[in-house]
Amino acid sequence: MLRVEEQQPVDFSSALLAKFDEIVKRYPEGKQKSALLPILHEVQAEQGWLSTSAMNRVADYLDIQDIEVYEVASFYTMYFLKPQGKYMLEVCRTGPCCLVGAEKLMNHIEQKLGVKEGEVTPDGLFSWRGVECLAACGYGPVLQIGPEYTFYENLNEQKVDDLIEDLRKK
Amino acid sequence: MARKLLLEHINVPGINTFDVYRQKGGYRAVEKALKMTPDEVVEEVKKSGLRGRGGAGFPTGMKWSFLAKPEGVPRYLVCNADESEPGTFKDRYLMTYIPHALIEGMIVSSFALGAKTSYIYVRGEMMPQIRILERAIAEAKNAGFLGKNILGSGYDLELYVQPGGGAYICGEETALLESLEGKRGNPRIKPPFPAIAGLYGCPTVVNNVESIAATVPIINDGGEEYAKIGIGRSTGTKLISASGNLVRPGVYEIELGLPVEEFIYSDEYCGGIANGKRLKATVAGGSSVPVLPANLTLKLANGDPRLMSYESLSEGGFATGTMMGSGGFIAFDEDQCIVRNTWNFSRFYHHESCGQCSPCREGTGWMEKVLHRLEYGHGKMSDIDLLVDVSRKIEGNTICPLGDAAAWPVASAIRHFRDEFEWHVKEPVKCLDTNYGLANYANPIAKAEVTTEN
Repeated sequence: MLRVEEQQPVDFSSALLAKFDEIVKRYPEGKQKSALLPILHEVQAEQGWLSTSAMNRVADYLDIQDIEVYEVASFYTMYFLKPQGKYMLEVCRTGPCCLVGAEKLMNHIEQKLGVKEGEVTPDGLFSWRGVECLAACGYGPVLQIGPEYTFYENLNEQKVDDLIEDLRKK
Repeated sequence: MARKLLLEHINVPGINTFDVYRQKGGYRAVEKALKMTPDEVVEEVKKSGLRGRGGAGFPTGMKWSFLAKPEGVPRYLVCNADESEPGTFKDRYLMTYIPHALIEGMIVSSFALGAKTSYIYVRGEMMPQIRILERAIAEAKNAGFLGKNILGSGYDLELYVQPGGGAYICGEETALLESLEGKRGNPRIKPPFPAIAGLYGCPTVVNNVESIAATVPIINDGGEEYAKIGIGRSTGTKLISASGNLVRPGVYEIELGLPVEEFIYSDEYCGGIANGKRLKATVAGGSSVPVLPANLTLKLANGDPRLMSYESLSEGGFATGTMMGSGGFIAFDEDQCIVRNTWNFSRFYHHESCGQCSPCREGTGWMEKVLHRLEYGHGKMSDIDLLVDVSRKIEGNTICPLGDAAAWPVASAIRHFRDEFEWHVKEPVKCLDTNYGLANYANPIAKAEVTTEN
């Protein structure tokens, strides 16, 4: 849940601010609020999640009310309102993937990482959750890892084990 | 081999780059369209009979002709690439492997509508596809097909990619526009329709990726040529996303009118049901359309073969038919549980309901709970009628079609598989680790011999 009271200062890199400027140019004069979703993605890619302070800064930048950012960030499922593991494994849990074993795979990931859905491993590296249809139903089971949303298809337990090992070594 | 219009060159190495796409005849439609008047382009699309490929099946040319053209007000074309319908993954495929088909279609369509700025709204999870499209746009711009005075025609167009934030509801066109304006994806009350007041209150057309890409062959070959493909009012080719228990799931381009049986079993397409099993049921057009048992999938109620076309799939109404939808074809083999799958879809709609209308917000959660207890052996016989009742009270009582989309799968599952739901009540222990099986929906096609490879 969104906690509005926490207010740590937040720094945006100059590269990030340059991206903001580039994004805002895509919309007509005065319609800069359209940049909100892409900008939140950029902030999350740099910071790992959206803190209240970060959202307030985005509101300042776009010249909109803070609440306009909160209501958007809490509506869309891709934005994290609390810190997550460095690698968030998002496994598709919808019908077609379940026909080919997504539920078993989620149980396996839970055991392998030793944390429940939405929790972070003690080393801060991993979290996992089930997400709704990722539009890759023919290649299921599938999972994605942000912020670039790298996609892994036709998964089985062995492939997931290998993936987790590879990420640990990174 | 059937004719391919969109995926003809899909296997050409490097077709995702501008140069190779151009060598294979790409961007000819832009050259041709810019020598026509915008109205002539609209006329060709009307003649083609192209129907919206996103799910509604509304004629694209007619949608375009509704666009208001007040003086001094900008008009917008927005491509709906928020592909999130369970079972549908054709747009992801098209954008990944042949992105210039979409860019070219966007230029042609924007020109036809007089849009000078157009957006492709891609679901946020498709970040790799967003990068692919951004690269393709840069290439096209570099070659003079985007930007100011395209090919010396005097027509200017800027094209941008907009990421979503992860919300199924943004596939609904007015929710998409809200999202593109930087707001929550709550669908708007219609009228006014986007053609009158859409993005930023200006006249706007929202079209699916595949519809926009289809304008390229329509302009190249002419609307009449396009209309010769297909059957009746289902003209042209359609991308079908095949998933579930099939030998070869994937994206296939079919000529509309292909028999469903041929699509499932022929080696050119899905190659039959995986692991030598038999077909129990299908969802023919993405999770929102009614589920059909195998016998009604392959044949109409009168015994004629069912075809992959808008009309044939909906033949028999909801009593014995389904819908073409977005072309997300999901096949269930004999070991799949209809109750579990219906619960899974209900959870999806509950999760994705925007919460604006009470029947959908409360009803989807209610249905999910009832289905969950049926699936896990805590259900009562009266729950089955309760589900039908709730689904009826959602259907038609919401601002956008998400309510209908949530109601139809539940209602149709009970209509066709009621005995399986009753079995879950009568056998609360057994249903936890065994499935009801095929019962009387038996696939008329005999069980295939299992051949173990290697």
